[in-house]
Amino acid sequence: MTSPIIRFNNVTKRFGDFVVLDQFDFEVAQGEKVTSIGPSGSGKSTVLRILMTLEPFQEGALTIADISYHQPDGRGRFRASDHHLRQIRTNVGMVFQSFNLFPHMTVLRNVVEAPMAVLGLRRAEAECRAVELLRLVGLSDKKDHYPSQLSGGQQQRVAIARALAMRPRVLLFDEPTSALDPQLVGEVLGVIRGLAQEHDLTMLLVTHEMRFAREVSDRVCFFDKGRIVEQGPPDQIFSTPSQPRTREFLNSVLPG
Amino acid sequence: MIYGFAYDTSSTLAYALSILPILGIGLIVTIEAALVGFGIALVLGLVWCLLRRSRFTALSWTIAAIVEFIRDTPLLVQLFFLYYVLPDYGVTLPAFLTGALALGLQYSAYTSEVYRGGFDAVPRGQWEAATALNLTRYQVYRDIVVPQAIPRILPSMGNYAVSMLKETPVLSVVTVLDMLNLANMIGDRTFEYLVPLSLVGLIFPIMTTLCSFGIHALERALPKAGLALR
Repeated sequence: MTSPIIRFNNVTKRFGDFVVLDQFDFEVAQGEKVTSIGPSGSGKSTVLRILMTLEPFQEGALTIADISYHQPDGRGRFRASDHHLRQIRTNVGMVFQSFNLFPHMTVLRNVVEAPMAVLGLRRAEAECRAVELLRLVGLSDKKDHYPSQLSGGQQQRVAIARALAMRPRVLLFDEPTSALDPQLVGEVLGVIRGLAQEHDLTMLLVTHEMRFAREVSDRVCFFDKGRIVEQGPPDQIFSTPSQPRTREFLNSVLPG
Repeated sequence: MIYGFAYDTSSTLAYALSILPILGIGLIVTIEAALVGFGIALVLGLVWCLLRRSRFTALSWTIAAIVEFIRDTPLLVQLFFLYYVLPDYGVTLPAFLTGALALGLQYSAYTSEVYRGGFDAVPRGQWEAATALNLTRYQVYRDIVVPQAIPRILPSMGNYAVSMLKETPVLSVVTVLDMLNLANMIGDRTFEYLVPLSLVGLIFPIMTTLCSFGIHALERALPKAGLALR
């Protein structure tokens, strides 16, 4: 077993007085597909946002792809340098709840932007990679459209292609279907399901789609009040949860 | 005679027609001053705005203070200062450049606020997506934020452009031969001020109206979602 690609060590994150993550320990192995479930405000999205370096934290340490990341408070003399943060981001990609495509760029341009600007790919190379990824998400015919011309499901699939174009080792999904009309959820989950077959790609998913979580995850973590209350293989968590809080939560979200 | 054009005071119409070419030359100076001044305001305003958003608090506060000071000082005082005081310290600029610089400096305080509003209006999710894709801060501004801010800031920038155009006659007090200054000179020589000053008073609204039309056309032509710069 190789060393974990993600390791939270005693990480505490507060918003003012509110403790979002409470001495949080968490490890993810390379290639593992981990789903976080739990009530809103339980800290599951914050874990992803800290990994993406979008949020600072106040205590503890974090290792991502062997790069250690100490950022108590995220400012002052302990602030991680831009150079350091950018090294971490090289390994991590993120898909957002609200897609966040760049509205002034075509679909193709959205996907080639970062490979060209950050990785220094030439346009031909970047477009070649983008076209391939757009085919993967089933949107080859939309490459010259603008995001506003696409449905939410299509926009989210473009966002997935855009994140993949940077070839991250860890891909984070922050409630990727929560902003979608019910009939569009399936197409996005289909694409994520396909990615879950990728052996090397580490995936962290925050979702309310319980059936989907059960199907694609190697491990499911139940979050409550800034801690992981219970974790394990999906069948165990969904069929025989050991903690009362997990049972309570699952009863409230699962029909029947 | 000014610029080789003689004045014909035989009738009001003849007088107006005879001095029009002189005012035309002044008009070119007026437009040039407005263009150079606004160019300076656009660039300097962006610089102020970006420095104010710096994470170095000391720098950000210093810039904020400077911009506030510029905004709170009358244009005329700044103009006199640049024109009469700077030469004492070895900086001598031609009158036209001094004037354009003063206009640009004053308006840069306004445009920096317009930029700030425009940048703040770009949703947080755009910054986060760009950061997640590992773009540098410079690239985020260049490729994501500025292009989306352009359609949002254009109407306010247009207002300031028109407003600056109307303020250019101030430059006549430091000897810039703009339209107003020439109209005065004509009056001084013919002892007839009504026609030249009326003409100046007419030409300004025509210019500002044209300018407004141009800005509206530009607003309509720009894609609402933003203008990809590259």
